Parts: sequence; structure tokens; C-alpha cells
Amino acid sequence: MTLKNTLLALALALTVSAVHAADPLVFDDPAMEERYNDLTLELRCLVCQNQNLADSDAELAQDLRREIYDMMMDGQGDDQIKTFMVDRYGDFVLYRPAMSGNTLLLWLMPGILLGVGAIAVFFTVRNRNQRLAAERQQG
Amino acid sequence: MIGRLIPVAIFLALGVLLAVGLKIADHKSEIPSPLIGKPMPEFNLPVLGQPDVMVSHEELIGTPFLLNVWASWCVTCRVEHPVIEELARSGLIRVVGLNYRDEEADAKAWLARFGNPYELNIADITGRTAIDFGVYAAPESFLVDPEGKIVFKQIGAVTPEVIQEEIAPRVREWSKGP
Repeated sequence: MTLKNTLLALALALTVSAVHAADPLVFDDPAMEERYNDLTLELRCLVCQNQNLADSDAELAQDLRREIYDMMMDGQGDDQIKTFMVDRYGDFVLYRPAMSGNTLLLWLMPGILLGVGAIAVFFTVRNRNQRLAAERQQG
Repeated sequence: MIGRLIPVAIFLALGVLLAVGLKIADHKSEIPSPLIGKPMPEFNLPVLGQPDVMVSHEELIGTPFLLNVWASWCVTCRVEHPVIEELARSGLIRVVGLNYRDEEADAKAWLARFGNPYELNIADITGRTAIDFGVYAAPESFLVDPEGKIVFKQIGAVTPEVIQEEIAPRVREWSKGP
């Protein structure tokens, strides 16, 4: 009895998480559905900022998914849809923002840090080699 | 000698970075609006409680106003409400309400209970116009200049400080004339 209840609860919980944020959006074309899924994964939910649009249950996220769906059915491309979102909510909605003045530092920072690290390693190794060479000469 | 100073320098730099990060973290949830400096989005929506009376963005252009996005389900709106009332009473600027994703009956009851400072209340039941304004929470407020351009956006409650520092100086500038 208890086990049965536990299993039932578990099954229910799993069902809920599997259909999270489900909308009654119908796609005739599987390719369209895939595009929709990719798009909503790439766009950030503004209310719960660490979630993407696909996963969020916030009302705004539902509204925005509906909007994206309608735009797709209208025949609009991914870029148009992303521009629509950025025009209203800024670069922040994109998990991979376009390279622009605002986001240049964000994109270049990994490279800059790698460069700084490489320079540091270069000098450390060179200094050590010089020191070792000097010690060898002395000794 | 210099070799010993490097860890100290790195430590200090990291300290500065984290201090700045803490400062920014307070405002991290506020997303700067790309609509600042742009004309307000177009809309044509019914007046709250009068489904037959439509109001468009064009009808609002001419005199500056504060568009206050609110809803009866929004807790912070209730906290903000006295400030909005005081602002409307002061006559500094006209205050237009955008009732966001609300039920008409709830919205009217809310206004009856807490007071109605709005010159006009626009009903955005679907939230579609709010998307055009880049609204992602309530309350939010948009300061619109005499040409219909958005010049300032407040995310979260309008406070007396916001009125004093952001709204009043701009309104005074406009009343001086070009």
C-alpha cells in the first residue's frame, strides 16, 4: 500500500517534470518543431533569468513562446525572431549574443585571459631556465 | 622581490573585481531597456472598463506622461501605489496606467480599494503590447517625452527618489521649452 503510493507519487512527479512548460502548440512539420525547440532553448526567460524560454513556466515565457510560434507560422526566419526579441529586451535575451560594441569584451575575454596566461607561463619558464643555467654555471 | 609582489597584486586585483561584482549584483536583475531613446511602440487598446473605447499610442503623444505598468495581482504595485498617487496629485506629469494581464473586475476592484490616480487606464489583457514595451515584470514605468519618445524606464517600484532624480529634472527641462 505504502509502496504503491510511493511509486504512484514518483510516477506522477516524473510525468510533471516531463511535460513541464508544455504548451498546446501544434506543429505539422517536424522540422518546424525542431526549429522552435532550438529557438526557445537559445532565448532567455526574462522573469527567471537562469532559465531559457523552453523550460520556463512564467506567464511571460508562455506569452513569448506563443509569439515565437505565431511568427514562425507567419514564415519568419530565426534571425527575424531573434531581432524581435533583442529589439524589446536587449542582448540579454540571447544566450549567445551577437558580437557588437556592447558584447565585444564578453566575447574576447576568454582569448585575452588565455593570452595573459600564456605570457605569464612564457616568462616564468624563461626566468626559471635562466636561473637554472646560472646555477649550473656557478656550480 | 618583484616575484613576491605578484601574488599580492593578483590578490588585490581579484579583490577589486569581486567588490565591483558585488556592487553590480544589486542591479543584476534589471535589464537595461533597448527602447530608451526610441519612439514608444504602437498600440491600439481598449480603455479599462470600456471595451468599446480604444486608445492608440498616437493619441497620447503631445504632452509628456508616465506610463505605469501595473496589475491587481502585483504585490509591489500595491507598495508603489501611494507614490504614484502622490505623483499624480502633485501635477508634475500626467500618469497613464497600463493594466497588464489582469481581469477587468479585479483591476477595477483594486482601483476602488486603493484609489485611482490614473488619468487613463489602458487594458492590455493579453500582454501583447507589454511585450512590445519589453515589459518583463510589474511594476515598470516608462517616461515618455512630448514627441512620444521613451526617455527613461524604471524597473520595479517608482520611489520618491526616482521622481526627484530621474523624472522631475526631465519634466522641468521640457517645460522650459526647446
